[in-house]
Amino acid sequence: MEPFAGCAMPIQYALGILGEHRHTRAAAGLFDVSHMGQIILRARSGENRDAALALESLVPVDVVSLRQGRQRYAFFTTPSGGISDDLMIANLNTCLYLVVNAARIASDVAYLRERLSAHCTVEVLTDRALLAIQGPSACAALSALVPMVAAMRFMDADVFSIDGASCFITRSGYTGEDGFEISVPAAMAATIVERLLDHASVKLIGLGARDSLRLESGLCLYGHDLTADTTPVEAALEWAIQPARRVGGARVGGFPGSEVILSQLSHGAERKRVGLRPDARPVREGAALFADATSSAPLGQITSGTYAPSAQCPVAMGYVPASVAHIGTRLFADIRGQRIPVTLSGMPFVPHRYHR
Amino acid sequence: MEIRYTAEHEWVAIDGNRATVGITDYAQRALGDLVFVQLPTVGSAISRGAVAAVVESVKAASDIYSPLTGRIIEVNAATASDPSLVNTEPMGAGWLFKIECSDLSELSQLLDESAYRQIAQ
Repeated sequence: MEPFAGCAMPIQYALGILGEHRHTRAAAGLFDVSHMGQIILRARSGENRDAALALESLVPVDVVSLRQGRQRYAFFTTPSGGISDDLMIANLNTCLYLVVNAARIASDVAYLRERLSAHCTVEVLTDRALLAIQGPSACAALSALVPMVAAMRFMDADVFSIDGASCFITRSGYTGEDGFEISVPAAMAATIVERLLDHASVKLIGLGARDSLRLESGLCLYGHDLTADTTPVEAALEWAIQPARRVGGARVGGFPGSEVILSQLSHGAERKRVGLRPDARPVREGAALFADATSSAPLGQITSGTYAPSAQCPVAMGYVPASVAHIGTRLFADIRGQRIPVTLSGMPFVPHRYHR
Repeated sequence: MEIRYTAEHEWVAIDGNRATVGITDYAQRALGDLVFVQLPTVGSAISRGAVAAVVESVKAASDIYSPLTGRIIEVNAATASDPSLVNTEPMGAGWLFKIECSDLSELSQLLDESAYRQIAQ
């Protein structure tokens, strides 16, 4: 067990990181992600649309047209256009259900209360566990407990009853696989974990494989690939900013850093987050990127890197000048004086297999 | 053949002035699944304490220091093509390199099994 954002978290279980990673892509992995923050945003008016409108003042995402029973990826932006956290937003009809990063819970909640309290209540669900079940067998395993989940599509969100307890289930996750995240009362978590583990295809997966699975799927990790110093456009997350919030949209701007972000949407950013395939050996977060094997002026940096067990090669993400951000560009990563050739690559490194 | 150890969790099998070097079972467990092994160049001179090899797991990279001064006379290329060999047989088929030792007095600075057991708990 290792300390992680105030929780004691398992890096790996019995299978080891490689085995857990491969098991998740081949069958089903069960993750305890209870360290993440679960927040309910409820409009004081009783109209969920008012909560959506209020939240749009903090995120460049179209929350208003997020339909009941649907979930969407979002991020809080800073006045300078950076990202102060990334999150998931689900419309549960009477409220918005938010999942935020563990290390950002306190500041996100303080921020939401400071900015939205006039219109919304902000409730932190400290009495709930969050489980993720991911992989091609995830649906079969969870269906044994909650048959209705089989009818859900990717990014659907709904409230179900398990043994009489209210559970929020979304068909999403952070591995690139089909799967679900399940918010359950903390007192029931162990029982539900045991019942899911009764399914022969389900195994417990630790933080180590969670990281290699998300990186191999091209998904960003806050604090590493996304920070207050990276804008959504630099981070190649334009896809998460819907037309309603862009120039010409019904509710253009109105979020922190909108001038910077809208300008970058129109004119591009000076640097971009890209996928990288290092030759031979993994390169890690923090390694500088160079144009050639000898130059002394770095042009970018690795923000995540590991060996990708399913792609069966080292993979990485990093930021490079937009002028070189083309698939196939050869750069060099510096590992303690050794220059490792890396090739800019499309992402994800293995195809997503969401149930759309 | 005599097996000695280093505080950096390497084992050293000594046969006359030749030594075979690998990482201990304790080390491979601590590192987790290896995904990359970089071996020294055969024929190169190496000093005791210098970086001779790099092993990298899914978690992190780790330097392997030469336990002795001498010359690299053989490397186990099988570990570079299949790093998991170091996990499955750390003290056997997963050996990393062989050194021809030029200063036999250094052998006395290696740990015997009981001294190593004190460290690797």
